[in-house]
Formats: sequence, structure tokens, C-alpha cells
Amino acid sequence: MADSTLSTFTPLDRNGMAARLARDVPEGWYVNLGIGIPTLVADHVPLDREVIFHSENGVLGMGPAPAKEAIDPWLINAGKQLVTLRTGGCYVHHADSFAMIRGGHLDLCVLGAYQVAENGDIANWATSENDTAPAVGGAMDLAVGAKRLWVVMEHQTKDGRPRLVNHLSYPPTALGAVKRVYTNLAVLDVEARGFVVRDIVPGLSLAELQARSEAKLHLPA
Amino acid sequence: MIDRIVKTMAEAMTGIADGAVVLLGGFGSVGQPQALIDGLIEQGARDLTVVANNAGSGGEGLAKLLALGRVRRIVCSYPRSPSSTVFEDLYKAGKIELELVPQGTLAERMRAAGAGVQAFFTPTAYGTKLAEGKEIREINGRNCVLEYALPGDVALIEAWQADRWGNLTYRRSGRNFNPVMATAAKLTIAQAQHIVELGALDPEAVVTPGIFVDRVIHVPYGDPPI
Repeated sequence: MADSTLSTFTPLDRNGMAARLARDVPEGWYVNLGIGIPTLVADHVPLDREVIFHSENGVLGMGPAPAKEAIDPWLINAGKQLVTLRTGGCYVHHADSFAMIRGGHLDLCVLGAYQVAENGDIANWATSENDTAPAVGGAMDLAVGAKRLWVVMEHQTKDGRPRLVNHLSYPPTALGAVKRVYTNLAVLDVEARGFVVRDIVPGLSLAELQARSEAKLHLPA
Repeated sequence: MIDRIVKTMAEAMTGIADGAVVLLGGFGSVGQPQALIDGLIEQGARDLTVVANNAGSGGEGLAKLLALGRVRRIVCSYPRSPSSTVFEDLYKAGKIELELVPQGTLAERMRAAGAGVQAFFTPTAYGTKLAEGKEIREINGRNCVLEYALPGDVALIEAWQADRWGNLTYRRSGRNFNPVMATAAKLTIAQAQHIVELGALDPEAVVTPGIFVDRVIHVPYGDPPI
């Protein structure tokens, strides 16, 4: 880190971010996890805490990746990875699966993002106008349909630009949808006044966190 | 005696016209009616509109249908995959039209078609590029986008078990779009891994009742590729 300050801190890695988020998921919630870091969240929820994972291709009660001898080629998740079904889980068709999403039946959806704006707008599906054929999948349904949307992402881009912004510069996935953001540096709620800092990695000051964010950061009231 | 089971692929494909809207089941390679797509390739209909979640991968199945120039337009939610190069090349060359639809809206538009609902309002995609040019209305305090039903001329689907009335079950996540597509087309053709006697399916376990199915062909191919 090219910091002029003397502070030392360790950003969370991908599993650290997933584990931090998993701590806040209570027993009994129905949860959909997006592709990427969000998928890792399931690995950090202990099995005796009954959290029911939903995959939009029609799996409710999804379990972890199978052992080699237990692979079932008919059982994949939305990322097209092989998975398992927990005891008590079931299968539904696509319209019912998205009724769970769009009808507000999921307690939580966790998505990755390119940017989140201080009003809760999220951009996570397209970066530019004409790079390749666009692809959206279920992101727009999940973002507006679940009871709450949490985002997990790096605090800044690889070249150091902030992802917590005043206004999106990428095409939006949904407006005013994000309730909380977990980054490698902090946990922030999205409230009416903007981003409110709930948690910072040890050794990092609020001023240093602010310097890595475009949007104004607030302290809890 | 009602018998929807057909013996040959040529019989299964009868009547699919040029310009047809074809609904293709499957999510990735699971639940995808590969043999029926091969049958459609053989049958020869062209100028098709294909509705599918993905735009094909590798060089077989849907990718082959695209490569042969038989598809004018594709309606899907996620055309990108590490091996969807056939579609990408056609798209970049301007040789295929793409209508990108959020996955839940795609499923719901077909459910609506199957249920006689002509259109519906949904909050999904409000404020995004995918709502451009569509009617917006505030309903119960939420901004919603008007989406029209998406009926098919033909649905090609994959089932696990079928009987001669066309009652169907599915295999795990192979269910996906297949049941909803079965309801949304004028002509629904299913390939099934197992044909069972009428009465052998538990009535509580039938997912697609035969009223939604016109033809069934036995294709015992085994497991999808991992």
C-alpha cells in the first residue's frame, strides 16, 4: 500500500470477506448467493445453523460441492457448478424459482458488484456499451425481489478507483436496492443519508477508508 | 386410445415451420433436449426465433443450429459462457438478433403465455437499459415495467419419465425451464429418458400433466456431460 500514514492493516481476502458476511446470516433465512465471492459465503455458515440456500435454476436447500464419489451430473447450481441437496431440500421449476425471488420470499440475496452508489443503486452486469454480447442472468430479478440485498466486493478496483460512488458510471442493475456492503476493508449500511460505517478492519482509520471511497462515509448515529 | 409417444425423430419434428418461435429447455447442459435439437437441425426449419436461457456452448446442439445460420433471433438471459464462441461471432458480425431478458422475466413471460395472461407489470429491470422503450407504471408505490407474454410455436423439452398420455417427471435440476415452456407453446415435444406404463407415475409426482404435451420420444441417453 502506497500510504503516507504509518498505520498497518490487513485487507480481508475473498474467504475473509465471505466469512465476515456469513457471521451476520441468522438461522432460518432463505438465501440466494450470486456468482464469485458470494458463493463462498455458504462455506462459512456452519451446517448446524440451518440457513437454506436457493439457486435460481430450481434448487432450494442447496448443499456444498459433492465428494468425488458422490457427484450427480443432474445437480448443478446457477454458476453451473456441481452441488448437493441438503436433507429437506427440493427442486422446483424456473417460474416457481423466480416466484421465490420476485415474490419477496428470500430473506437475503448476496451479489457481487462493480459499483454501489450512496443511494443504493447497484451496477453489476455490464461495464461498457459494446464490448461483447451482454448477459444479465437473474441479477435484476434478485436485486429487486429479495427482502434485502447485500453486496460483497473489493473496496476499490484493481487500479485503485473507488467502488463506493456518488453516482453509478456503469449501467445499473437496480435502483435503490442495496442495504449493506461488505468490502475487504469495511462493512457499511446504506441508509437514507448514505453509507454508514459499521465495521473497519483493524488498523485502518475512518479517514483512510474515506480516502478510498468517492461517496461520503458517515458514522453511526 | 391416446398415445402421444412417437417412434421416430422425423415424426416428432413434423410441422415445425420456417419462422417458428422455438422454446428450448435446459440450463447449461442439464435438462437440455439435445436429441430434439439434433432432430430440428435434421428437419431443416430456418429463420427461427429461439428462446433459451443460454446461447449454446461448444459446437453441438444449439451452437450447431446457430452456426448453420438457421436462427434469426435469440431471446435469452445469459448468452455468455466460456465456450459460447459461435454465438459471440455471429453477434459481433451482426448476423443474429439478441433480445436480452432478465432470467425471472423470461420465465414469467412464458408462464404468462401458458396461463393466458397477455402481459404483466414487474419491478425487475426498472431504471435499467433492459427497460428502455417499455411502458412504466407506478403500482402500489413501486415503479414497474410492462412485459408481454412470450408464447412459442414449439417447445422442445427434456423429461425424465413419460407415459403415453404425456405426463412427465424431471430429474433434479434438469427440471428448470422445461415445465414452464411445456405450457407456453402450441406444440410441445418432449424427449424422455424413460417411458413408463400409464398408471406407473405417482399422480402426486407428475410435474407436467399431459394436457401440456403433444409428442413424446424415447431418448435414453444417460447422464449430461459434467
